[in-house]
Amino acid sequence: MKAISFKLALQTAVLTAVFSTAGLADGGDAAGPAKGDVQTKVEYCKNCHGAAGEGFHGYYTAPRIAGQTVKYFENQFKALLDRKRDDPIAKMFMVHALDGMSPSTRAGVASYFSRLNPPPLERGRGSLAAKGKKIYEDGVPDASVPACFACHGQDAKGDAENPRLAGQLSSYTAAQLAGWTKYRQKDPTTPGASNVMAQIASNLTKPQIEALSAYLSSLK
Amino acid sequence: MKPIRLTIALLAIVSSSVSSLAGDSDVIGFGEKYVSRNCTWCHGPSLQGFAISPRLAGQGRQYIENQLERLRSHSRNNPYSVAYMANTAASLSPETAHAVAVYLSTLTPETRADGNKDRAAEGEAIFQGGIPSSNVPACAFCHGPEAQGVREMPRLGGQSYYYLKRRLTQWNEGYSGSAEHMPGVASTLSPDNIEALASYLSFVK
Repeated sequence: MKAISFKLALQTAVLTAVFSTAGLADGGDAAGPAKGDVQTKVEYCKNCHGAAGEGFHGYYTAPRIAGQTVKYFENQFKALLDRKRDDPIAKMFMVHALDGMSPSTRAGVASYFSRLNPPPLERGRGSLAAKGKKIYEDGVPDASVPACFACHGQDAKGDAENPRLAGQLSSYTAAQLAGWTKYRQKDPTTPGASNVMAQIASNLTKPQIEALSAYLSSLK
Repeated sequence: MKPIRLTIALLAIVSSSVSSLAGDSDVIGFGEKYVSRNCTWCHGPSLQGFAISPRLAGQGRQYIENQLERLRSHSRNNPYSVAYMANTAASLSPETAHAVAVYLSTLTPETRADGNKDRAAEGEAIFQGGIPSSNVPACAFCHGPEAQGVREMPRLGGQSYYYLKRRLTQWNEGYSGSAEHMPGVASTLSPDNIEALASYLSFVK
């Protein structure tokens, strides 16, 4: 009798322990291991960045992250967490979104999205895109703007810390170029801040930025 | 009939059937006529909502058009939608649905303010920043900083707490699974989160 009672008591105790933690209400406090898991985080990112990371236009615009280089992800995560990059929308949402994400989860997220390649969300505007293609391939010598392909690749898929631009949402590309010195160049020593880009972005005119953005948005 | 009278008669017949959809003000007028005769019974005389019927005033045109289609097709399959709205939506022609949506979007929404005031601050925090640790995205990203909505994403600000709470809960009960985005988002929300969010939103002007 005593032995049976003890076994029952032990089973009850185990069940209680298991179910009391499983029944915790989600309220931001129950961040168990499963919550930080890469796959769960990836689903979280997709809410704003699109079902395949292709980017999304909500009230605000979230850029394409599909097919982005892992090194660029790394640099941007760091720049955001260190507050060295504070373009308005990133500041509003990304710093908080990265809260509590461990470096290994961030690396896992970056790796996952870097391997996706959905078709571009936008189609690019015909004549504007043609103008943008010319700038991408030839640069603007008179304005000391080198040809973009030299660093970002012929196919604009990037390489290491030089980001992929192919398929990027045009409003995002335009905003980044227009706001580079103000938001992305806060500390030139930030990895990926790219002193080169600050110079290039300031030398580009608004119509050139629009043309480039339109061209890039259509690239697969 | 003399040719000119025939011409006038033909013109009169043709123009009377298209004039109601000719210009913007005609579309709105057409929509107002339909709405005042058919929708005010449940949604209130000024479409601000009543009992279980949500406020429609000031809602986004694209959103209303999409919902009328989803109600018609039973994609929105929660009990109230099916019982009260499915047949109504099915009886609308595309032109009428469009006119209804345009008209409703021109009305000024009033804040229902029927939530729990004590939970509003917490709801605001969730709305603006989400809850990263439990993977709740920031609602403001899609619905706007004042929950005003844009394009097909609805205005939530000032909507009835009871309605918002029911919608969010229904996605977690498995209803309306084909909705864009929202079933996944709702799955990250606990009943307590929903309580706070719906309360906050009901007070947003």
